[in-house]
Amino acid sequence: MAAKTIHAIYTDDDLLMQAVKQTRTANYRITEVFTPFPVHGLDKAVGLEPTRLAITSFLYGLVGLAVAVLMMDYMMIEDWPQNIGGKPSFHFYQNMPAFIPIMFELTVFFAGHLMVITFYMRSKLWPFKKAENPDLRTTDDHFLMQVDAGSHDIKKLTKFLYDTGAKEISLIEHEEDH
Amino acid sequence: MYTLPNKVKLFSIILMVLGLVGIAYGFFTVPSTIDDVEEILAAENAHGDGHGSASGKEHAAQQEHDANFVDVARGQEGYAENALKHEKDVHMDGHGDAHLEHVLHQMQSKPWSATFVSAFFFFMLALGTLVFYAIQYAAKAGWSPVLYRVMEGITAYVLPGSIIVFFIVVFAGTHFFPWQNEELVANDKILQVKSTYLNFPFFLIRAIIYVLGWNLYRYFSRRNSLRQAEVDNYDPYRKNFKISVYFLIFFILTEMMMAWDWFMSMTPHWYSTLFPWYVFASIFVSAITAIALVVIFLKGRGYLPFVNDSHLHDLGKYIFAFSIFWTYLWFGQFMLIWYANIPEEVTYFIIRIQEYNLLFWGMLVLNFVFPILILMNSDYKRIPWFVVMAGIVVLVGHYIDIFLLVMPSTVGAHWSFGITEIASIFFFFGLFIFVVGTGLSKAPLQPKGDPFIKESENYHY
Repeated sequence: MAAKTIHAIYTDDDLLMQAVKQTRTANYRITEVFTPFPVHGLDKAVGLEPTRLAITSFLYGLVGLAVAVLMMDYMMIEDWPQNIGGKPSFHFYQNMPAFIPIMFELTVFFAGHLMVITFYMRSKLWPFKKAENPDLRTTDDHFLMQVDAGSHDIKKLTKFLYDTGAKEISLIEHEEDH
Repeated sequence: MYTLPNKVKLFSIILMVLGLVGIAYGFFTVPSTIDDVEEILAAENAHGDGHGSASGKEHAAQQEHDANFVDVARGQEGYAENALKHEKDVHMDGHGDAHLEHVLHQMQSKPWSATFVSAFFFFMLALGTLVFYAIQYAAKAGWSPVLYRVMEGITAYVLPGSIIVFFIVVFAGTHFFPWQNEELVANDKILQVKSTYLNFPFFLIRAIIYVLGWNLYRYFSRRNSLRQAEVDNYDPYRKNFKISVYFLIFFILTEMMMAWDWFMSMTPHWYSTLFPWYVFASIFVSAITAIALVVIFLKGRGYLPFVNDSHLHDLGKYIFAFSIFWTYLWFGQFMLIWYANIPEEVTYFIIRIQEYNLLFWGMLVLNFVFPILILMNSDYKRIPWFVVMAGIVVLVGHYIDIFLLVMPSTVGAHWSFGITEIASIFFFFGLFIFVVGTGLSKAPLQPKGDPFIKESENYHY
């Protein structure tokens, strides 16, 4: 079965915000919105869940801290506790001030890098990825709202979208992947 | 308009009276002769014998602790141990008159130090708020103008607080500042070299300049801020912007010298370059916490309908960020000295670690671990009771911080947390509530006429 979506193009972000709110109130399903730059508050208007990226970052940071502690405890205290310049290498805590810079850096390193990689994976970004851009102009100065036509009356929906201030509206039909 | 509720007024007066009684008790029960000291020490020893096993354990722990400073493999004493040797010998010999006189002096310094710690702690809340206020003007901050009246209310305490602190440091004499003891200076080359800076007349002049400068800025910025509500141009605002910039330059210089004068010169043989910054971090984070607590208190009573949870969120972020900043500086100072372990620098930390162990490390938990875990989550920073909880912990932590700046240098091992310390907290807390409450009730809490007030009222994060 062919799925139908409607692409409505706007030229102003305030207009887009308003259109998104109206479309949501009218119970049409917005599948995607393409904008050339971040529009403040758009995620809330579309009704997206808050991101959990910060939570993953915190956990990665804890992993980094654990790696640093275990690594230095093994190398400096357990494996070969040498006397290096009179630093007390009897217990981890005795020599801890010298380890803190590394503990800090590894915490930040893990938290930062793993979070970025998580972001790439979750948003499916990689170097040779084929761009998923429905309309080139959305990277420059146009805003595109993709509405699921579903079983709605196309004419009524089109009329509704024109009333929200859309500059262009096009009906897209594509085979649904199974 | 806010009016200080009668109950709060009564509460603060009771606190002040109790505090005064306690401080007076502290000053009157100080031992005045060597014989008194001998008696006290004898009583302490008898107490120790009563719990033989416990003190034995303590002794073993102490030995193990000392082992940290000894190179076990070579059986040599570490540098730090040698540095402490003189101090140690005095302790070991015990009953020489010189030792007793030393202890007498420390015990006599105790009520002075206790009063100073609390006096400075509450004064620095107001002083730090004044700096935060100046920064908001100089940075043309768009979020904070709604809080200007609250900050001005807190800085009302700058005047009484600075005068009290000024009199304490000026009259404390050798209780705080060994370099004011002429006999000592005569036999001490290091102090002789430093005496071009560390001499009483210059010390007095500097203290007057600091206190005068801070109070003048507070007076003029408050006057301009109130005048801005009445005029229909931005002249008072522009003036405030200008004097805020100059005040910030003046403040960073005077704060630096204030930290040298009032804190670092308590141990005049010791020096550290980032010490003034470290003291500033403590001042700043406690002040922001105080602002947040007063804002939450007033908002809870319905006096600040124009303050929303985004403002609270910003204050929470500041508490969080500057707690980390404080820790960074604390560690920057500690780690460099610990790592190099140069005898003349490291004694400062050895006495703090050996005699104040729990406070020294506990302070780190209160000032760093707790805020970082509580205030990291963005949602928690919007919940008033979370910020209150974190704020109280931060304030307790920074009280300990000031306590550790002063006490080890003035009373050394003969510290305790008793009536005098608690009473001085009571007194200055009561005075703080009273002065800040009266300061808040002198003008409407909603600023008017500020060019950024509209943005601030609609501020949303």
